[in-house]
Amino acid sequence: MSDSEKKKPNRRDFIVTATTAAGAVGVGAVVWPLVDQMNPDASVKALASTEVDISAVEPGQSITVLWRGKPVFIKRRTQDEIDSARAVDLSELKHPEKDEDRAKNPEWLVMLGVCTHLGCVPLTDKGDYGAWFCPCHGSHYDTSGRIRKGPAPTNMEVPKYEFVNSNTIKIG
Amino acid sequence: MSDHEYTPKSKVGKWFNDRLPLLTLANHLTDYPTPKNLNYWWTFGGILTFCLITQIITGIVLGMHYVAHADLAFQSVEHIMRDVNYGWLIRYVHANGASMFFLAVYIHIFRSLYYGSYKSPREVIWIIGMLIYFLMMATAFMGYVLPWGQMSFWGATVITNLFSAIPLVGESITNWLWGGYSVDNPTLTRFFSLHYLFPFLILGLVVLHIWALHVPGNNNPIGIDIKKPSKDTVPFHPYIVIKDAFALLIFLLIFAFFVFFSPNILGHADNYIEANPLVTPAHIVPEWYLLPFYAILRSVPDKLLGVIAMFAAIFVLVILPWLDTSKVRSTVFRPIYKQFYWFLVADVLILGYVGAMPAEGLYLLIARVATAYYFAHFLIILPFLGLKEKTTPLPLSITEPVLGGSADMAMARNNSDFKEKL
Repeated sequence: MSDSEKKKPNRRDFIVTATTAAGAVGVGAVVWPLVDQMNPDASVKALASTEVDISAVEPGQSITVLWRGKPVFIKRRTQDEIDSARAVDLSELKHPEKDEDRAKNPEWLVMLGVCTHLGCVPLTDKGDYGAWFCPCHGSHYDTSGRIRKGPAPTNMEVPKYEFVNSNTIKIG
Repeated sequence: MSDHEYTPKSKVGKWFNDRLPLLTLANHLTDYPTPKNLNYWWTFGGILTFCLITQIITGIVLGMHYVAHADLAFQSVEHIMRDVNYGWLIRYVHANGASMFFLAVYIHIFRSLYYGSYKSPREVIWIIGMLIYFLMMATAFMGYVLPWGQMSFWGATVITNLFSAIPLVGESITNWLWGGYSVDNPTLTRFFSLHYLFPFLILGLVVLHIWALHVPGNNNPIGIDIKKPSKDTVPFHPYIVIKDAFALLIFLLIFAFFVFFSPNILGHADNYIEANPLVTPAHIVPEWYLLPFYAILRSVPDKLLGVIAMFAAIFVLVILPWLDTSKVRSTVFRPIYKQFYWFLVADVLILGYVGAMPAEGLYLLIARVATAYYFAHFLIILPFLGLKEKTTPLPLSITEPVLGGSADMAMARNNSDFKEKL
C-alpha cells in the first residue's frame, strides 16, 4: 500500500466504522434495559405521597411516619425551640439554611428522619442541642434539624410537603 | 507447567486424553514441583479452597429453604433454624464458614506480605487474589443482609449510603442500588441474586489464581528462585497433599468449635430482631472481618474523604507489588522490614479493635493515628525502605546452606528450622 492510499479512507474503512458504530449503539440498547431495571420501579414510585393526620400532636411532641420506606419526623415545636432555632447566626452553621426556609409554618418542622451521614435514624430530644442526635457516628442536629456537630455533611432534608388543611399534611 | 509429555496408560484414557487433555492436567497437578521448604503458612491456599466449596454447598442448600422477601425472609431463616432437618447445622456452618473463610484469607494475605509472594514474577497472582478478596467482602456483606434482621438492614443502609458521598450522581446511584428510596424489598431480592452469583465468580478467579501460580511456581520461605524440578522441589502429590490435609484437619477443629460450641459469638444479637426501618440499633457494627476498613472510614471527619480513604485502603494493596521496591522477597533476609511488618500487623489489629468501639474520644484519636500509619506503611515506608535497607545474604538454593555449610551461622540456623519443618 502506498502512502497516498493509506490517507484516503476506502470503502472497507467506511464499512468497519459503520459496523463498529452500529454495534456500539446495539450494545448500548441491550445494556440499558439491564441497568435500568434496577432503578425504582412503577410500584415503588406509586407510593410517592402520604397523607398524615397531625391533629393529635401536642406542642413539643414529635411523630415519625414512614414515607417511601424512610422515616419522616413531624415535630410540633414549642416557642422556645422555634426561638432557639431562629436565633442562630448563619455563620455558625456548617450548612447555612434559615429556619424560616426550613419550616414554613414555624410550629411544624417536617423533615426526613435520616442522618445525612450514612442514613441512620437520629434519636429525638437528644444531643448537645436538645434536638436530634445520631447514635451511629455521633452527629448532633439543632431544633431546626440543622447539622451542628459531627460527620454529617448537610442538614436533614426537608421533603416536599403541604398542609391539605390545618389537621393534615401531605408529604411528597 | 511440567515440561514432560504425559501419555495415559490405559487405551480408553489415551483415547479420551487425545480429545480433551484433562488427564494431562491432572498429571501436571500431581507432579507439580513444589519447593520442599514450604511451611504451614503455605497450607492456607488449600484451606481457602475448602472454605469456598463449603460456602457454595451450604449456600445452595440454604437457598432451597430461604425466601428472599422483606416480609418473609426473617421468618424463613427462623424456619431453617427450627423446622428444616439439620437446618441449624447448615446455617451455622454457612454463617461461621464466612468468618473462617476470612480468618484463612487474612492469614494467606499476611503470609504473602511476610514472604514477598506478591513480588515479580507473581504480581498477577496477587492482583487476582485482591479481586477475590474484594468480591469476598461484597459477597459476605450481601449475605449478611439476607436474614433481614436489624443489623442486616442497618448495615445495608450504612454501606449503600457510602455511595451517596459521590458528588452529583451519588443519590441516583444509591436509588439505583436500592431499587427505591431506601433499603427495602427490591434491595433484598437483588442482594440475594448477587449473593448467589458472586461465589461462582470467585470460583472462576480461583482457577485463574491457581493457573497464574503454576506459571512461575510457588514462592517459598526463603524467597529465592529455584530450579524446577530439582533437589529443591518435591512433587505436589503426595507431599503437599498430605501436609495440606493435615493442616485442614486442624483448621476444621477450630471451625467445628465455633459451629458447635459458640455459633453466635461472631454474630450480633441485634440481628435476631427483625428489620425495622424506624429504629436504628444503638451501635451499628459490621462483621469483625470488615472492622479495620470501618475504622478507617470513621476516622476521617469528611464523608466523601472517609469513603475515599476506605476504598484507598484496599486499592493500596492492589498496587503493592510496585510500592515495595526491595528486590529481596523474604522478610527472613530483611531485618528492618521485619520490624515494620509486625508494626503493620499490630496496626491492622488496632484498627479492627477501634472499629468495634464508638467513634469518639480516645478511640477516635487512636483510629486516626492507626489510619495514618496504615497508609504511611505502604506509601512511604515500603518504597524508601526497599532502596535503603541492607539485606542479609541470600543462599543460592534451598539445599545449599544445609549441605554446603554456610559461613553465616544465623542463616544456617534459619535453614535448620526449615529442615525440621520438612
